[in-house]
Amino acid sequence: MTIKQLSIFLENKTGRINEVTKILGQHGINMHAFSMAETTDFGILRLIVSEVDKAVEVLRKANFAVMQTDVVWITCPNVAGSLSHILDHLAEQHIFIEYMYAFAEGDQANVIIRPNDIDLCILVLKECDCNIHHRL
Amino acid sequence: MIWNPYKECMSRDEMHALQSKRLQKLVTYVYHNVPFYRNKMQAMNLSPEDIHSIDDIVKLPFTTKQDLRDNYPYGLQAAPPSEIVRVHASSGTTGNPTIVGYTRKDLAVWSEVMTRALTAYGITRDDTFSVSYGYGLFTGGLGAHYGVENLGATVIPTSTGNTEKHIRLIRDLQITGIACTPSYALYLAETLEKMGLTKDDISLRVGAFGAEPWTENMRKEIEERLGLKGFNLYGLSEIMGPGVSYECEVQDGSHISEDHFYPEIIHPETLVQLPHGQQGELVFTTLTKEGMPLLRYRTKDLCTLYDGQCACGRTSVRMGRIIGRSDDMLIIRGINVFPSQVESVILEMPEFEPQYMLVVDRVNNLDTLQVQVEVRRDFFGDDIGRMLNMKKALSDKLKSVLSISADVKLMEPGSIERSQGKGKHVIDKRKLV
Repeated sequence: MTIKQLSIFLENKTGRINEVTKILGQHGINMHAFSMAETTDFGILRLIVSEVDKAVEVLRKANFAVMQTDVVWITCPNVAGSLSHILDHLAEQHIFIEYMYAFAEGDQANVIIRPNDIDLCILVLKECDCNIHHRL
Repeated sequence: MIWNPYKECMSRDEMHALQSKRLQKLVTYVYHNVPFYRNKMQAMNLSPEDIHSIDDIVKLPFTTKQDLRDNYPYGLQAAPPSEIVRVHASSGTTGNPTIVGYTRKDLAVWSEVMTRALTAYGITRDDTFSVSYGYGLFTGGLGAHYGVENLGATVIPTSTGNTEKHIRLIRDLQITGIACTPSYALYLAETLEKMGLTKDDISLRVGAFGAEPWTENMRKEIEERLGLKGFNLYGLSEIMGPGVSYECEVQDGSHISEDHFYPEIIHPETLVQLPHGQQGELVFTTLTKEGMPLLRYRTKDLCTLYDGQCACGRTSVRMGRIIGRSDDMLIIRGINVFPSQVESVILEMPEFEPQYMLVVDRVNNLDTLQVQVEVRRDFFGDDIGRMLNMKKALSDKLKSVLSISADVKLMEPGSIERSQGKGKHVIDKRKLV
């Protein structure tokens, strides 16, 4: 019940993110979500894409350092308090969230979560009012 | 002013005779007390009896830094441990520093030559002198210190760091002389100005600068901003420490105390001795050292030697500015750094590819070092914390091996320039203007 997220190591230099988006575009790979974690001299670009294996192949060919990480993708109602409810459940079970990113539109909110214990996380989420996605 | 006119203004004939006598005694001494040299000489079918004059020095074998490392720690020491009263050490590659032991007499000679230097700069017993080279295993601090005391001036052992306090002492104690690296002098000037002060607020008159290369333009800038006259001070721990050579008021090259340190210039590849006036690699023989005497030590510094009496009255041979190295050693903030030291640290860490680039620059008058490395594919993580820990682990290791802090930059795979043939590992952006 997890999906594969790509993590790409990028130097803090103008144009690096565009290199990635250009290559993906050229190979017809679409991005569904992304987030960027940065430090002073490098960043890690985290992507959810339409074709994971193909993306890994073309990016590695272009010399990018790419890794795959298992993350959980849930959708929940786009109303005040709905995420808070879910986080309460996770906290009760001592699930530590390493990072997450989200985007809401219309009725739904999409949230990508990287927990420390992914199996336990999925078990807990099943009890909440949300949908766990496992394919795009 | 001349501290020791007898030695510093000796006629060439007398100097030749003195050096010849000393070389004979030296070669006999090392032959009988240092197996390293005895073995080398025997292999060359050479014995102390074959040395009649200083000109026979060309018959003798060379000594390199590698020889010192290979014989770590006391393999090249001639005097017994009970005679060694001090040991200094300099940094070495892959963990083996260079150990130099001094007898009481060695320390006396060191004070003597350092005092000659200070006197040439115009320092007298009435001066108050700040020694701002690092005190410790490095020869800079203690070397300059003993020279000042021997002369009879008042030494203020400030060492490095804590610049604002240093400036306060310079003002309050009316310090008139200072010994430090040229880049520290510029940093001092900058701090002075930041404190809202100028050279008119301090009484510095003389600066003894060395431990790194510096140019005429840097000299002018330091002199202008600190209101002092800046002189070159040269030395190396393997030979003694600071005081091997020094500028006089004429500033036409640095006078070498050749009654103690016999200089030669050789071709860095053929190793043939070159005549004075030609540029090549500087070699020294320690004519009077007892602790760790060295025969024909190759400094890897490139310069020229000049003959002729100087307008100051000294007759000793002079050396021109060091214009470069015949190896890849860098001097960063006065510390010797070899790219191979960085390489050995990186190779020890499986997280990194065996690629690196050293980027050296000068920012606000202080040297900076950036070490670029590539993380191996398998070690790339999604976890920023882990990547930062990798970076810190390398940075900490480098600090302990190099003795200076380097900024580590993690680079994308394949982004560090690969070279065909001889590896290029250094980008030195410092422009010695």
